[in-house]
Amino acid sequence: MTSAIRFSGVSRHFGDVKAVDGVDLDIAEGEFFAMLGPSGSGKTTCLRLIAGFERPTSGTIEIFGKVVQDTPPYKRDVNTVFQDYALFPHLNVRDNVAYGLMIAGLAKKNRHKSADDALEIVALGGYGDRKPSELSGGQRQRVALARALINQPKALLLDEPLGALDLKLREQMQEELKVLQRNLGITFVFVTHDQSEALSMADRVAVFDAGKIIQVGTPEAIYYRPERPFVADFVGSSNVLPPEFVAKLTGTMAYGAVRPEAVYLADHGHSACVKTVSFLGTATRVSLDVAGTPMTMLLPKGALIPKSGETVLIDWAAHDLHVMHP
Amino acid sequence: MNRNSGPLGRISDALWRKPSLLIFLLILPPALWLGIIYLGSLFALLAQSFFSIDEFTGQIQYEWTLKTYGELFRPSNFDIIIRTVVMATAVTIGAAIIGFPVAYYAARYARGKWKAVFYLGIMMPLWSSYLVKVYAWKLILAKEGILNWLFETLHLSWLLEAYLSIPIIGGNSLSVSATGTFLVFLYVWLPFMILPIQASLERVPVSMLEASGDLGARPSQTFRHVLLPLALPGVIAGSIFTFSLTLGDYIIPQIVGSSRRFIGQAVYAFQGTAGNIPLAAAFAVVPILLMAVYLWIAKRKGAFDAL
Repeated sequence: MTSAIRFSGVSRHFGDVKAVDGVDLDIAEGEFFAMLGPSGSGKTTCLRLIAGFERPTSGTIEIFGKVVQDTPPYKRDVNTVFQDYALFPHLNVRDNVAYGLMIAGLAKKNRHKSADDALEIVALGGYGDRKPSELSGGQRQRVALARALINQPKALLLDEPLGALDLKLREQMQEELKVLQRNLGITFVFVTHDQSEALSMADRVAVFDAGKIIQVGTPEAIYYRPERPFVADFVGSSNVLPPEFVAKLTGTMAYGAVRPEAVYLADHGHSACVKTVSFLGTATRVSLDVAGTPMTMLLPKGALIPKSGETVLIDWAAHDLHVMHP
Repeated sequence: MNRNSGPLGRISDALWRKPSLLIFLLILPPALWLGIIYLGSLFALLAQSFFSIDEFTGQIQYEWTLKTYGELFRPSNFDIIIRTVVMATAVTIGAAIIGFPVAYYAARYARGKWKAVFYLGIMMPLWSSYLVKVYAWKLILAKEGILNWLFETLHLSWLLEAYLSIPIIGGNSLSVSATGTFLVFLYVWLPFMILPIQASLERVPVSMLEASGDLGARPSQTFRHVLLPLALPGVIAGSIFTFSLTLGDYIIPQIVGSSRRFIGQAVYAFQGTAGNIPLAAAFAVVPILLMAVYLWIAKRKGAFDAL
């Protein structure tokens, strides 16, 4: 597998702020790669480093084998879908989509034809004459996508593209983006702070915290086998068990993680005090206090639901306890 | 709960219930000012321009006629109009070219303290007297002035001499040339160009420029296809200031420049010593018409679409 984008020891410091700090990264060609992390964790800066809007303080960036940190954005074979879409307000939808072709010097007739075809692909055929301000958020998002894809980039960079959409549209766009990526076969680099989005769409996920990559792996690996308490907490909202707790259970002095849905009410096990009970629709979330360690458990529909203030016994299967590297 | 039940309280209660009354009361004084004093005098001026003057007696004849407007097309008068329009156009273009980079820097890069320095730098010249600035420029441009000295020190006097020997824009020294008038106009009106451009550039998101570069546009292409169209309302607003201010000014060309007159000076001379109020009024109507045409063209070209 050729590598599409490779970071070797890349840092980007803004004065004292280490936005990106010594990141090594290898994104394979044709991969759907998600960068996941809380805001300020450096994921967007990483994307901007790939696009060329930021220059690294140190380190090497390669795009398809070419060293690019001294190459301006307009000479890179990648295109970006911006978080705010960044559609040009003075151009209509067709001219927005055709912008890259206009810059490339294509004749008006040809580029308008290509733009209309691209609009057809994102299900916006016939919208070419409208101004971006006349479109809804979801439609603008599609225009931004068509505009970024018309130059046939080798990799598409998406900066929280679904952030401004409502839940239903988001889920629909997640599906569509996945299908689109499969069909086009090009590399997608997707930045998001939404863990379910990253897990459901990506082939591989990189979890960012404080300018560093904490863990890279498949969604399953990130979800079930977090290597650090931060990953367990941020990605899966897993229960993070302190080393002392885990030592008592397994003899290993290391952090452990238990998924909330793996915890159940039992006849014997750990004594827990019920703090709050929240009805979520498909399940009920119960927050607990287990000898000073806060835990949550998800009870399926139909299960016996304890009341807050009650003391209950909880347990989980031994194989559901994931012990992290010490 | 009987707060504010005095007469003032009752008035504010009444205004709260009838917001249109409040707006009417707020608008009334400026409307009177604008309507009666400003528009009234403007129409009085317009009316004057349709009268004529008896060439023998020098008396104003109060009969409606277009004869005075016809006089504007006499070569000596028409030259004044052409000269003024060319100067106003040159000043506007020059101010836009110099003002844009300054405004761009201020909008994109200046932050915090530097933004304050920028505003001070732009606004401070406006605090000092206009006459002081013009006379200061006269000294800078004079034959014994600092510019001449600079050219001499650099052994470039021949260049200045050659430039000054060009007809129309040249003269005995910079301070008595049309170039001098141009430079002073440019300096005095520059803030009026920079501030609106800066305001319009502030509203252009950085991501818009990045998107253009991302799609393959070189910085010059991004400027032409994205930045300039989005900043155009600001440039037009600034040009309305610089153009109309230059059209109407009569002090700068009197202090710095050749003896050839501009519209403002013509108005001043005809309504003063010459006592030809109708011709002065007709001259005063010219900038108004020019601005109307300019705004109409700007609107037709879509300059205000992004407002």
